[in-house]
Amino acid sequence: MRDRLARVRELPLLRGVGVRDELSRLQQQIERVQAEPSEEEIWRAVELARHQDRPYTLDYVERLFDDFVELHGDRHLTDDPALVCGIGRFRSRSVALIGHQKGRDIHERSRRNFGMAFPEGYRKGMRVMELAQRHGFPLLTLVDTPGAFPGVAAEQHGQGGWIARSQIAMAQLGVPTVACVIGEGGSGGAVAIALADRVLMQANAIYSVISPEGCAAILWRDAEQAKKAAAAFRPNAANCLQLGVVDSIVQEPPGGAHEDHDAAAAMLGDALVAALTDASKIDATKRRAKRREKFRMMGVYTT
Amino acid sequence: MSSRIDVSVEQRGSGNAPSGDPGGKAGHPNTCPSCQSHYRDDELAATYGVCPQCGHHFPLRAHERVAQLADAGSFAEDDAQLRSADPLSFFDVRAYTDRLADAETTTGLGDALISGAAHIERRPCRLAVMDFAFMGGSMGSVVGEKFWRACERSASDGLPLVCVTASGGARMQEGILSLMQMPKTVCAVDMLREASCPFIPVMTHPTTAGVLASFASLGDVAISEPDALLAFTGPRVVQQTIKGEKLPEDFGLAESNYRLGHLDAIVERSGLRPYLGRLLAIFAAGSQQ
Repeated sequence: MRDRLARVRELPLLRGVGVRDELSRLQQQIERVQAEPSEEEIWRAVELARHQDRPYTLDYVERLFDDFVELHGDRHLTDDPALVCGIGRFRSRSVALIGHQKGRDIHERSRRNFGMAFPEGYRKGMRVMELAQRHGFPLLTLVDTPGAFPGVAAEQHGQGGWIARSQIAMAQLGVPTVACVIGEGGSGGAVAIALADRVLMQANAIYSVISPEGCAAILWRDAEQAKKAAAAFRPNAANCLQLGVVDSIVQEPPGGAHEDHDAAAAMLGDALVAALTDASKIDATKRRAKRREKFRMMGVYTT
Repeated sequence: MSSRIDVSVEQRGSGNAPSGDPGGKAGHPNTCPSCQSHYRDDELAATYGVCPQCGHHFPLRAHERVAQLADAGSFAEDDAQLRSADPLSFFDVRAYTDRLADAETTTGLGDALISGAAHIERRPCRLAVMDFAFMGGSMGSVVGEKFWRACERSASDGLPLVCVTASGGARMQEGILSLMQMPKTVCAVDMLREASCPFIPVMTHPTTAGVLASFASLGDVAISEPDALLAFTGPRVVQQTIKGEKLPEDFGLAESNYRLGHLDAIVERSGLRPYLGRLLAIFAAGSQQ
C-alpha cells in the first residue's frame, strides 16, 4: 500500500497533467488511501456477496410480501427465469417488483442461468415497468447478477440494445422507483434494472463495472490476480456510498445476510419502505428530471 | 466465471496500431490488413480511409472523422478542457494517471470523445465523436459528462445530435463510476427525447459493452459502418462460453446485426455524410410541421 502511495504521489508531480491543486489533492488521496479497507476485507465482501446461502430475490419476496403474483414471459419469445417479475402487496402498498434470481441447487442454478439474464428477461422487466406505470404502482428492483449472459443467442437477440432500452424505460417512469443491490451488482446486467430514484446497497453486496476475475484477466493478464483487482476497483458498499453511487447502505445481520435470512429480510424491508416513502415525496411532474439530475452527478473530472 | 465483458477489443486492422504487425507478413507499413494490398497515404486519405482495393474501413481519428462529416470550418469544439480525475487512485500494472497522460500525449486529446457545434450538409447540429486511440475509446467520467453536455446543448438549442461511437466499453480504471456513465448517458438521451431532438448514433468499429448497452443503442435511427463489431460481449469471451463450438462467421458484425433487425442501415464511409444530411433534412422539415 505504501509503495502504491509513493508512486501515486510521484506520478502526478512528474507528469503534471490534468491536475489542479496538486498538494491538496495528494493530501486527500493519502487520507483516502489510509482509510481504505484492506485487500482481505474487500475480498471478503466479494465472497459474501457470492455466498451460496445468501438470500435471493424470492427469499426476500417470501418474507416481505403479504401476497405476490409472479408474472411470466416477455410477450414475444419466452420466459427468462433469471429475472423474476411480479406484482404484490408490500407493507400495505401494491407494488411491482423485478429482481435477478440465482438458483439454490445445481438444477435451479442451471435453470435460472446463475441469475444471468437474456434480452428476453429485460424485455419481461420492461413489460412490468409499463404495467407499474399504467396503474401507478411503485417499482422495486433487487439486483443480484454476475452480469448479463454472454452467449451467442443472447448477442443475436440484442443483449446490448435491450440493456439500454431497459435503462431508458426506467428513466422515463413516472412512478417512484427504488433499487437495491442485494448480492452481485455485475456491470450492465445489473445497471439495466438499477436506474432508480433511490439506489440502496446491502452492506456485503458488491457493485462493479466488471468481475474481479475479468478485470484481472484484462489488466493483469492473469485471472488469478482477482483479489488484487478487487482491491484496486473497490466494489464494496462503503466505497460505492463514498462515490455517491448509492444513497445508503442496508445493514445485514452479524456475519452476513446468509446467517439469518429473516433478520436480513426485516432490515431490507425497513430500508425499502424508508426509501420508497422518501421517493414518493418527489413531485411527480419533476420526477423524471430529478432522476436524470441524480445520475448526471455521477463521475469525477476536472474542468 | 471469468471475464464477462470483452473490454480489450482488438483494434482490428489498425494502420497505426501500437503493437503487432499491422502490415501482415510483408511488414510494409502501408499494407491493408484485409487484402494485403499496398496503398499510398494520399490515396487512402482521398478514399476516406477506406481501402480502394477491398473496401476495408481503417480506423479514423476523431478529428479526421469530424473533417469528413462536418462542413468545412463549421466545427466548434466544446468542453475540450475536461480531464479525468482518478477517483480510485487506480493502479494495476501502471498508474491510471500515467495511462491518461500517455493517451493525451499520443492522441493530443483530453479524453476519448470530442464534441461541438457543427453543420453537416449545411444543416446545423451537434456532433460528438469518439476516438478509439484514446484508451480504447473507453467511457469514463469525462466521456459521460461531455456526452451529457452535448445532449444538454442539443436540447436547449432544439438541434439534432449526431454521435460517432468507437469504444471497447466502460473504463475499468474508474471502477463503479465508469459503470454509472451508462445510466448517466441514458438519462442524457432521455433529455433529448423529452425535447424532441433527433439522436443519430453512428456505430463504428468497435462499439461494444457499456457503450453499446447505453446511449449507442438508443438512436432514433441506428446506423453502422460495414464490418464494425457491435456486440455487448465480444467474440473472444463468447467463444469461452461455447467451448469447442464454432462462432458464426459474422458474429457480432454490423452485417449480422442488420440481418437480425438491430440496425436500420449499414452505410459506407464515403456515403455517410450525404446519408446524415438526408436524415437531418427530414427531421428539420418534420419539426416545422
